[in-house]
Amino acid sequence: MSGAADTPVVGRGAAVMREIMSGGSTRAILSVVAGFIIGAIFMVFSSEEFLTAAQYLTSRPTDALSAAWTAIAEGYSALFRGSIYNYKADDIVAAFRPMTETLRFAGPLIASGLGIALAFRVGLFNIGASGQLLFGALWATWISTRVSLPWGVHLVVAMLVAILGAAAYGAIVGFLKARTGAHEVIVTIMLNYIAAGILTFFFRTPELLREVDGGGTPKSDAPAATAQLPLLLGPEFTLHAGFILAIVGVFVYWWLMERSTLGFRFRMVGHNADAARTAGINVERTFVLAMAASGAFVGLAAANQALGVQAGLTPDMDGTIGFDAITVALLGSSTAPGVLLAGLLFGAFKAGAPQMQVIGLSPEITGVVQGFIVLFIAAPPLVRAIFRLPPPQKTTVIADWWQKLTTKGDAK
Amino acid sequence: MKLELRGITKRFGSLVANDRINLVVNSGEIHALLGENGAGKSTLMNVLYGLYTADEGDIVLDGVVHKFKGPGDAMAAGIGMVHQHFMLIPVFTVAENVVLGHEPTGILDTLDIDSARKLVREISDRFGFEIDPDALVEDLPVGAQQRVEIIKALARDAKVLVLDEPTAVLTPQETDELMGIMKVLAKAGTSIVFITHKLREVQAVADCITVIRLGAVVGEAKPTDSAETLATMMVGRAVDLSVTKKAPKHGETGLSVSGLTVIGDRNNKVVDDVSFEVRAGEVLAIAGVQGNGQTELAEALVGLRTPSAGSIHLGKMDITHSSVREVIDAGVGYIPEDRSKDGLVGDFTIAENFMINRSYGPPFAKGLNIDFANRERIAAELIGDYDVRTPSQVTLAKNLSGGNQQKVVVARELSRELNLLIASQPTRGVDVGSIEFIHERIIATRDAGKPVVIVSTELDEVTSLADRIAVMYRGRIVGIVDAKTSRETLGRMMAGATV
Repeated sequence: MSGAADTPVVGRGAAVMREIMSGGSTRAILSVVAGFIIGAIFMVFSSEEFLTAAQYLTSRPTDALSAAWTAIAEGYSALFRGSIYNYKADDIVAAFRPMTETLRFAGPLIASGLGIALAFRVGLFNIGASGQLLFGALWATWISTRVSLPWGVHLVVAMLVAILGAAAYGAIVGFLKARTGAHEVIVTIMLNYIAAGILTFFFRTPELLREVDGGGTPKSDAPAATAQLPLLLGPEFTLHAGFILAIVGVFVYWWLMERSTLGFRFRMVGHNADAARTAGINVERTFVLAMAASGAFVGLAAANQALGVQAGLTPDMDGTIGFDAITVALLGSSTAPGVLLAGLLFGAFKAGAPQMQVIGLSPEITGVVQGFIVLFIAAPPLVRAIFRLPPPQKTTVIADWWQKLTTKGDAK
Repeated sequence: MKLELRGITKRFGSLVANDRINLVVNSGEIHALLGENGAGKSTLMNVLYGLYTADEGDIVLDGVVHKFKGPGDAMAAGIGMVHQHFMLIPVFTVAENVVLGHEPTGILDTLDIDSARKLVREISDRFGFEIDPDALVEDLPVGAQQRVEIIKALARDAKVLVLDEPTAVLTPQETDELMGIMKVLAKAGTSIVFITHKLREVQAVADCITVIRLGAVVGEAKPTDSAETLATMMVGRAVDLSVTKKAPKHGETGLSVSGLTVIGDRNNKVVDDVSFEVRAGEVLAIAGVQGNGQTELAEALVGLRTPSAGSIHLGKMDITHSSVREVIDAGVGYIPEDRSKDGLVGDFTIAENFMINRSYGPPFAKGLNIDFANRERIAAELIGDYDVRTPSQVTLAKNLSGGNQQKVVVARELSRELNLLIASQPTRGVDVGSIEFIHERIIATRDAGKPVVIVSTELDEVTSLADRIAVMYRGRIVGIVDAKTSRETLGRMMAGATV
């Protein structure tokens, strides 16, 4: 009866996270729309035509309006040309290249997004995609530059090592949480620094992974041709098999979380660890397994980054993937199709940003859009206020009605 | 200050948590509010403290009607509350905690910690609390932390002090100290509302007792009334819940527990040298007032707690140190006391909840995959057999009523091949229709020749289901008696008397 007052404070963080993760597709789409609107505002205010027209706004407001419209239209059509189809291109290859670039950028975002999404579903906040990626890439680079293996075998071994390395690095987090109760957020952040340090050390030390003819800067050799992810559409396009890896990852993730008993136990622990324990689940072991699985998906992105290039690698090879992965998982509501779509969207942003620069817009606008999308996702009350959505209810109207009906039946 | 609650009614949706409650606490009186968990005591006190607004009724202090919009109003009117879970900041000192929210300030709005210290020392000396104002709260033992809470209330001139289950977290010695303090405070004119379900404490310290059950006042009692009278008032109820059952057909020994000792969360013996046997085809009920180790005993039996001594045998199998999963696989069905926390995954569908303890193999798993076809078939069967009223098997468990949720748990636990059933508070918060149904199912399990252990604080449930009754008091079994034992005797045993 005093249930409300007795709600444990400990569960509040998890409850907020569950609310963020359970927004579903409606909120995701609305957040994207809102993000694009904010992006449009930025475009308008960075347009010189608009700013000039704004000075005589009162006398001829239509000028300012049309300038604003032009700025938005030009900005987003540049983004479209850079990420999907370049209708201004001279030949068909150049016209379709943007789409393949989007897919190339989306690959590692999708793969690492799946990893973060998996952790979310188990109630864990894995901020360590960057560290897991670097650690997996480190050993993949070892295989690809220091070991000779026949064609085919070399690539497979290098990919497996990337996956296992990242999985092991993730498992450390689960192990520390299970054994000592250390919070995974702190542990993953710290392990990010450690992985970056280890990688730089390896790339700087000649006996380890430094470029054979390299100078003082930390850099590795290019992966051996036998260990490179093959190009998918010939030399005209840079799209390589890393995208296939990501797509395979999406299917594996879907099977794991929706069809398998292991995923069932993952979700059980994520929803109610007490009930899981009472049902005979070893919650601590599940944390370790889940973090390893989370790392394994990030390992796909590690393979993509380490083996998807023809040049030597530098310690910043993870780029912003580690944090973008969190945004992908959030926007994708941690479901397989959601992560796929969110990864494609953010991949398009990355591919399209340079085209915006060509027409004089700051490419960082895509970053702003991306940031606002996540802000809207993570601040559900804000989105509800903006779009006047009804507040979330414990029970739906139908459930209420049904409950009334059944309790009446019970009382007889 | 004289406190009067007149006709307080508080509803949560269709649930009436407080039903026209009247309560009069005279100045300088220790008034015990006695009732089972969930009887509505805390709701009533939250109304008094301004955390809830009553739907009907008045709060009257010294003849003046008050309307509280929040705890701030209640505090200003002279009401202080010590919550069961302390509202203290562990890394602050006692003095800092006491003045938090109404800090004395010096020039330029700086914190005047000296007068805060003085205030604490003064109150502490006046009532003999022996609290150092500069001690960090996290370094203090639980009993001392509670005294800090009391100082906090007194520092704001509380004339009415509400203590919500204050002894739940205390050791017996600390409990005695607290009762001494309560008497000193009362003598100094403070009115005290003492919320509890522990009979011994009520008898020791209260001037006046109001018993509430299921949200309504059952009656008033005097501390000189016997423990069994109080126990009967508190747990007894008018609804007839007799279950017709055949004479037991005893089989081989099912469960045997010997010398079982469990160390609790606060490092005390919550289960102390407990031994009993339950034969196949027999129901052993473990009775007792809430909080005497029954919960921990049940959790130890299913592997959720590790015993520090003793043994548990199921047939010939030693399951003393088995994991929960091993215990489940050994055929032990377990209905946990708190279904929404331990028994169900609220965000899972009913069908998913049927498989949470059997996700490793048939019938719900086929290799690494969930066997969806089988699950759908079994879920449909169980929903029919156990009369779970739900729109569909993919309805989320959290959207069911309490009774139907409990039927889901019962169905899951009883539908597999069992060697032992342990049911903790199997019908708590369940409507009458579902209670009958669940009782029938439990008896059917016994009649099928399984040993059954029921843990219940409901005396009616205990007497109607049990073949034998073990009464627990302070972690020990006071005695194991026949189910036909009189309620008076059981009440005495629940208060600690040996047979």
